[in-house]
Amino acid sequence: MFKLWSTILKDFRILTRDKVGLTLMFLMPVVLAIVITSVQNSTFELVNENKIPLLIYNKDKKAVSIELEKALDKVGMFNINTIDTIKNGDDIKNHINTKDALIAAVIPENYSDKVLQKAKAVSRKALKDLDIPADPSAAVTDTAMNIILYYHPVLQQSFRKSIDGGLQSALQVVQSKYIVQSLYQYINDEAIPDSLENQIISNQTPVQQIAVSKGNMHGIPNATQHNIPAWTIFAMFFIVISLGSSVVREKLSGSIIRLRTLPTHFGISIISKEITYIIVTLLQAAVIFAIGKYLFPKMGLPALNIPHDISALLIVTLLCGWCAASFAICIGIFANTQEQANGFGAVSIVLLAAVGGLLVPSFAMPSSFQFIMRLSPLHWCLEAYYGLFLEEGNLKDIFTNITPLLTITILLQFLAWYGLKRKNLI
Amino acid sequence: MTYLLVTNTISIQNLDFTYKGSAQKLINNLSLHIQKGDRFGIFGPNGAGKTTLMNLMTGLLPYSSGSIQLLGNEIKTNRNKIKTLFGFVPQDFSFYHELSPAENMEFFGAWAGLHKKQIKERTGELLNILSLTHVRDTPVKNFSGGMKRRVNLAIAVMHEPEILFLDEPTVGVDVQTRYAIIDYLKSLNEKGTTLVYTSHHLKEAEDLCNTVAMIDEGNIIVHDSLENLLKDHLQDGLEGLFLNLTGRAYRD
Repeated sequence: MFKLWSTILKDFRILTRDKVGLTLMFLMPVVLAIVITSVQNSTFELVNENKIPLLIYNKDKKAVSIELEKALDKVGMFNINTIDTIKNGDDIKNHINTKDALIAAVIPENYSDKVLQKAKAVSRKALKDLDIPADPSAAVTDTAMNIILYYHPVLQQSFRKSIDGGLQSALQVVQSKYIVQSLYQYINDEAIPDSLENQIISNQTPVQQIAVSKGNMHGIPNATQHNIPAWTIFAMFFIVISLGSSVVREKLSGSIIRLRTLPTHFGISIISKEITYIIVTLLQAAVIFAIGKYLFPKMGLPALNIPHDISALLIVTLLCGWCAASFAICIGIFANTQEQANGFGAVSIVLLAAVGGLLVPSFAMPSSFQFIMRLSPLHWCLEAYYGLFLEEGNLKDIFTNITPLLTITILLQFLAWYGLKRKNLI
Repeated sequence: MTYLLVTNTISIQNLDFTYKGSAQKLINNLSLHIQKGDRFGIFGPNGAGKTTLMNLMTGLLPYSSGSIQLLGNEIKTNRNKIKTLFGFVPQDFSFYHELSPAENMEFFGAWAGLHKKQIKERTGELLNILSLTHVRDTPVKNFSGGMKRRVNLAIAVMHEPEILFLDEPTVGVDVQTRYAIIDYLKSLNEKGTTLVYTSHHLKEAEDLCNTVAMIDEGNIIVHDSLENLLKDHLQDGLEGLFLNLTGRAYRD
């Protein structure tokens, strides 16, 4: 034990004297977590709280188009801006080009007339099926006019889709309203009362969103809850740069010659490095979680809710750290130079993070990636963390996630020992 | 009648060694005996097999056939035991530059099998002998070449080995440090440590070694006391003897 303790002490001393490396190991993930959470949180707020600025050029200016503007406002998604100075489509393009607005809708001339005509035509068809005589003057085309939506190319497709959804919803409301009005008029020969119209048009089935959790958590998952676990894992695995280099440095330096001539198994050196860096990963996680819980609210970001099962959190963090250390040691053993260890280490972590669902949600992965995803240890780390942070599960609930993680770690251990044997180091 | 019992500290018999992937034997049926208390010098031109022989004797390289025994222990079968018997001063600085001499000695002392108390005592003693006490807690990376050589030596003798292998122990040091190191090695030898030394610095070797072996093309070409060799080959120094036996042509 004294030999192991002395080796751990040596590794800690070397590690703590590399101030730049140590700062990067702790600062990099903190900066990443803050930046990514802030960005994602502002996107979330833009869609859900701050509203999307929508420029409207209303060429029609009649009842239905004004009704459409009101309906768009009611959707609750848009901050509507109708600029009177806009005279044509070019003015809109100029506004978008100068990024005064990122989206703009043009309501064509005679839009109201067309919608009313369509409402009458639809009503007529419906009444004809019921053998109720309708106004013969309504025998007109039921084609509606296009609403043109301009957008800046920087807007991502997912963002445009949600805007389109909001717009379609408003259009549906307005067109349905006039069809209902028209039908009522034909049948009852009088205008529909406002109260009845509201009852028909307004949604009678409100949707309540409930986050499904195993621990009856009532909080809504936010950008912090999603990002902190992901970037903590990323940081843990990024020790590959420091630990991989440390193994290579030891292999290439003269110290390996002396170590091999002393009556101590070289495996002690590897075990010591694992223990040292597992402690580093635990500290990284503690620092990032503490920042999420205490610093984020002060920065206007949602606070991190720490899972109630602290022992499970500790076990998962320990396993993630062990897996990260095992991976880094493997890289260090098989790499012949520090450049190889650093280059391959960094690229492999980014790739494993990408296929593991840290950069793109795993449910959004193409089916061909679903199998590869399961080979990434970062995926299982993330699933285990999500089981605790988002689903409020306990150790039993995340057993199916930590078992593959443990299996991958043990395989990496075997691979490392094989590498040591092959390179005649043990 | 008095019997003088001469024991071999190192005994090498019919040793062969070939590097993986190489068709040519680097050590070819080599036999050599080094006696207890010798200050034994192994010399030869570049590529002759000196460092390879040193690595074989310290167990760093596995040999394919033949035998190497250290104090009666076959290296192949007593790997862990033989590691407690010798110390090694490699040509490269074999320590952690980020650590101080005391921290390096603490770590390597533990790996050599010493207890905490022994490490503390030996560290103080060796730092004092090698004039490193004033920098005991300063990271070695800030040291001069001479100071680093002394640290390299101090670590190797932490566990008071019976045999000390030295591969160019004074490369790149000033005259003062060289004399200090050689004097210290002689004092160790007087206390019973067998020294096995290799260097290209033949004047220094002449001062240190009492027995010499010349190696060329993987085999021993001469092996005797320095005095006898100089007498037999009518030379007044090791350098003349070296050139006389190995010639003047480039070897690498």
